[in-house]
Amino acid sequence: MEQPNQSYINSLSGGDQAFKQKLIDVIKKEFPEEKLVYFNNYNAKNYKLAAENVHKLKHKISILGLEKGYEVAVAYENSLLEGSTNHKEAFEAILNSITIYLEEI
Amino acid sequence: MNCIVIDDEATARMIISQLCSNVPSLNVLEEFPNAMQAIKYLNQNEVDLIFLDIHMPDFTGFDFIETLKNPPKIILTTSDPNFAIQAFEYDCIVDYLVKPITQERFNKAIGKAEAKQNKPVTKASKTEKVESTSGNDLYVNIDRRLIKIDIPSIYLVEAKGDYIQVKTEDKNYTVHSTLKKIEEKLPDNLFLKVHRSYIINIKKIIDIEDNSVLIKKDVIPVSRSNRPELMKRLNLL
Repeated sequence: MEQPNQSYINSLSGGDQAFKQKLIDVIKKEFPEEKLVYFNNYNAKNYKLAAENVHKLKHKISILGLEKGYEVAVAYENSLLEGSTNHKEAFEAILNSITIYLEEI
Repeated sequence: MNCIVIDDEATARMIISQLCSNVPSLNVLEEFPNAMQAIKYLNQNEVDLIFLDIHMPDFTGFDFIETLKNPPKIILTTSDPNFAIQAFEYDCIVDYLVKPITQERFNKAIGKAEAKQNKPVTKASKTEKVESTSGNDLYVNIDRRLIKIDIPSIYLVEAKGDYIQVKTEDKNYTVHSTLKKIEEKLPDNLFLKVHRSYIINIKKIIDIEDNSVLIKKDVIPVSRSNRPELMKRLNLL
């Protein structure tokens, strides 16, 4: 399975370690909050709102270099907008992999 | 170019500010997590360029553009490539950046912004049907009960997805309906749609700033296209 990485963050920071750490800290703060809101909306069957949450989480997925994960998120967002839960498991596996990664860095 | 960044995601704001810091001609004046704060800022300050997220809760980037009388250059930043066609209906939009944004692509967008003259926004005009009805009461269906609302007591109606929120002097009601439906039920001598998400009771206005009105404690954006009608309806000295 594709793993999160810091390629984009490294390229963006251009060697500025202070910026890099600050950005990682912001992601570490925002990601769990966004994930929680997603699960709350999903569990309440508010698929339209859950789709909005997936939309926002897509950015974090792409920042962490998960190109295939991004495609899964796009497909899942579209499914939710149509009231379907296709790609849910794959998407939540990506969230899980990011959660573990953010705990390690 | 003096610029501002509008995005509800702190990570995105930080990334755009970092990209800006690598371009000597850019000066980031402020960052805003929502469009309303930016509108208030723009009422007092001029900027040359706005980095604007499209997909924000309650108030999208396009809603925001509609409130600007003379918009500066705008670069849209989004995770959704599907709005590109809509984006280019606006003359003020100089580029459309899909996240995650690379420095190379960002620099290209800045080049376009620098090359483009600042023009007022133009958009295909839209026709809005305003109908009035008589009578002072409006019945709304809430939890299978028909609740009577005194129409003159309504000061604001706000669209919220599949629902509308009807705010009155005493109480707020969330109703499964559309702004268009309620607009047809409200008398047009009292009510005016000032934005695609808002209908206001013009008798309840406290004050009007350039592109927003204050009603009670709510600051409501006024679309550029709706502003002339609003001004026409006021008893101006």
